[in-house]
Amino acid sequence: MSTRMEEHTSEVLTEQEAAVYDRQIRVWGVDAQRRLSKARVLVVGIYGVIAETCKNLVLAGVGSLTLMDDTPVTLDSAASNFLIYVDEINKEAKSVAQVCAEAVGDYNSMVRVQVEKGYILDKPGEFFDDFDIVILGRSSLDLKKKVNALCRSRPQRVAFYAVDVRNSCGSLFIDLQSCTYRSQKKDDDKEVEYTKKSCSLEDSLSVRWDSLPKRASKLFFAIRIVEEYEQKEDKQPGHLTTNDLPALLVFGTERLQAQGLAMSIAVENLLKKIAEAGTFELSPVCAIMGGILGQEVLKLLSCKGEPIKNLFFFDASDGKGMIEDVSP
Amino acid sequence: MSAMADRGVIENSKVLMVGAGGIGCELLKTLVLTGFKHIHVIDMDTIEVSNLNRQFLFRKRHVGMSKAQVAREAVLRFRPDVEIVAHHANVKSSQFNVEYFQQFSIVLNGLDNLDARRHVNRLCLAADVPLVESGTTGYLGQVTVHVKGRTECYECQPKPAPKTYPVCTITSTPSKPVHCIVWAKDLPFLKLFGDKTLSNDLDVRTSGAETSNEQEEASFFDLQKDETSKAYAARVFDRLFGQNIEIALKNEGAWKERRKPTPLFIADIFGSEDKHEENGSENGSALENKSKDEGSALSAMTKVGLKNPQEMWSVKENAKLFLESVRLFLDKRKQEIGKLTFDKDDQLAVEFVTAAANLRAHSFGIPMQTLFDAKGIAGNIIHAIATTNAIIAGLIVLEAIKLLEKNLEACRMTYCLEHASRKLLLMPCEMDVPNPKCYVCSQTPLVLEVNTSTVTLRDVVEKIARKKLAASFPTIMQGYNVLCETGDDIDPHSAAIYEAKLDMKLDSLTPVPIVDGVEITIEDLQQDFSCSVYVKHREDFSEEEADEMRLGGLDLLTPADTQATAKTEAALKSSSAEIVDGDEDTVMIDGVSALGTKRKLEEEPQGPVQKKMKV
Repeated sequence: MSTRMEEHTSEVLTEQEAAVYDRQIRVWGVDAQRRLSKARVLVVGIYGVIAETCKNLVLAGVGSLTLMDDTPVTLDSAASNFLIYVDEINKEAKSVAQVCAEAVGDYNSMVRVQVEKGYILDKPGEFFDDFDIVILGRSSLDLKKKVNALCRSRPQRVAFYAVDVRNSCGSLFIDLQSCTYRSQKKDDDKEVEYTKKSCSLEDSLSVRWDSLPKRASKLFFAIRIVEEYEQKEDKQPGHLTTNDLPALLVFGTERLQAQGLAMSIAVENLLKKIAEAGTFELSPVCAIMGGILGQEVLKLLSCKGEPIKNLFFFDASDGKGMIEDVSP
Repeated sequence: MSAMADRGVIENSKVLMVGAGGIGCELLKTLVLTGFKHIHVIDMDTIEVSNLNRQFLFRKRHVGMSKAQVAREAVLRFRPDVEIVAHHANVKSSQFNVEYFQQFSIVLNGLDNLDARRHVNRLCLAADVPLVESGTTGYLGQVTVHVKGRTECYECQPKPAPKTYPVCTITSTPSKPVHCIVWAKDLPFLKLFGDKTLSNDLDVRTSGAETSNEQEEASFFDLQKDETSKAYAARVFDRLFGQNIEIALKNEGAWKERRKPTPLFIADIFGSEDKHEENGSENGSALENKSKDEGSALSAMTKVGLKNPQEMWSVKENAKLFLESVRLFLDKRKQEIGKLTFDKDDQLAVEFVTAAANLRAHSFGIPMQTLFDAKGIAGNIIHAIATTNAIIAGLIVLEAIKLLEKNLEACRMTYCLEHASRKLLLMPCEMDVPNPKCYVCSQTPLVLEVNTSTVTLRDVVEKIARKKLAASFPTIMQGYNVLCETGDDIDPHSAAIYEAKLDMKLDSLTPVPIVDGVEITIEDLQQDFSCSVYVKHREDFSEEEADEMRLGGLDLLTPADTQATAKTEAALKSSSAEIVDGDEDTVMIDGVSALGTKRKLEEEPQGPVQKKMKV
């Protein structure tokens, strides 16, 4: 990607691009818009927050968007997904990816929207070379680590994002590897070039919790505990119930103790909220997380503005949208 | 806020959404996904191509159709069981009165202008319905909650006045590109194509010289008998950019400390080549047939061979563009001449303004602008992206849920930031209590300094009641005497009486003159808005206060004034309200309230953070 930044394209936007993208070109400029139009994005697992993200990326005008999710469309899958029109449900055995691709493809004819069938881990490594960005919806810690590692193993940079909304809590992990961007200096209008490095999920997971600042987001701990619990109990992500709560709280207390911390009421409440919600995603939180994720992808692709390099959390109960950096 | 507990209160609530644009599309989607079942949507706008990058419920095939109606249909595709009532109408129209507002549990605003926001604020106060207000510019956004008697109303804090420029900067001494663009829009554009009968405060000073004969000036821009559009365009060009600059140069005092402008004449630019004719419309008959969709799609740019609106054009290219755009207006849009107002979506108008502004900029040694940038400045175009709107819509719905749960304590004002502050990209702040000096929700009196012997009642109605106080249908009263009433339900007899009074000077009004020390009441019945205004006669207004009026708080009164009535004296003790609105000049770029949002953020980068952040 950093090589792409130097690459100078002198072509003019088409009349249609100029007309449709007018308002956003006023935000990020023509060069950024051209860079966007060449980017290839893969999304895997289409939940409510991913539907929001797809909408934002297609509207902005990325080059191509590939959707992966073979789950058959049901009423359940439509719960927080506005890309599934009701008349598509039960009509023919279409997959979520197919239905969503048709809907989101209609938003912007200048974007190539396509469907990829199969399971992400069955794809050969070269498959990832076709993308600049890979976005993973709700998935197990193990799957996130594996896909992140695959992205890192490719010769060209493939940036990795994993997003999840559980009830009113949103979390986002980002691995940009290395990223060069332009941003305005603080007291100055001048744009300066900066470089940021991210760590892998594997490395981020190795950081001891007692080394984090005291005011780290409580959601960080709650999400970690839930994901590790699901992994240990071999549960499908998001399929906890209130029956799991006692064991989840015990596990959480142990995990915190092992890292030199004690369970707090705030974390306990978050664990309750996540456990009782099951697969439920609160739609306004999907909109917020999909907005932030969309914006981060656009920043990275356009090389404009400082991107988040590691973690972001949003919790509707306190209303804070917080950036964290948990890197070795 | 948990998954299931709120379903009932959400499903049973009835919501009014004002605005179905950038925020509105996102909001409607998020509302129905969250489980809201009864929604009214009001929007007077129709869909435009430049909406499509973010207003995702709309497609190209919907351009020209009602936003409210298309948004409703689009949302029903994924939630057919929701009751949505779409109003393709202005929220200020009289059907949306206090009774209408009272049927809702909550009102959610996704508006793009200050005027409508103020109107909705008043109706929400009158109907006692909570309001969630929002705005975005680029990556920045904010959501606020307004509950009568509990939190600030939308008008408790003065909103930054629209950016204005001193008259003489525009007419005589521009120093920035924006000055030239305002000039092009407010002077040559209106003089050539606008309503000539409308008074324009710039008229008399156009040439910057007292010698100019007003009548000659006015008729100069009329098309002469037997004059071709080409000859007219050339004559106007030399006048605007050549002779007027020469006249201005005679006033040598003005240029002692400034760089002298250079007059521009067609002959100097094109020499003997007469280039501007080559691509002219007269030998473009083939093109004429091609451009079926005249009106807003008509373009001078393509006819003079300019393609890229992002490219900086030379003086010569701008000159060609100017001449061609004038000719096209005359040849193709004759019916509209005399009625046109500047519209950013009118391609030919944007081309004319860009070219005129650039030619003037060149004269004055100011950098020229691309058409793309000039259009942004002239049209006050708000930078808008889908992601910020989606985030803001999500935040609006979260506040709405808290309000419906009667959990006002948990409500927050939230900023969406471009650069994280203390690790926060979304920053909640506690809300403020109502401002006791607010003339809207606390009914604090105001003071109007005015030259009562030159200002008419119409000026007070238009420039004070409507423009400054945002009354949609103002009534002006003095005690029980109704001086003027507006609205669509006034009987013709009364209407004629009021009409006759409108052009009278304040101090000669009947039955009671408005003179120094008189207290008048400005009301809007629909908004249930009423405001006492204490009149103070003054004559020494500066050139920049051409309206000879200044509206402010009670601190405008001097001790001598306060002796006039015991009532105002008492009021002065209890209040020293700030000036409601900064003085406005006569030249202004149309107000854009979202800019106010941005300014607020920039002005107090850490204010709300340090004071009030919830940790």
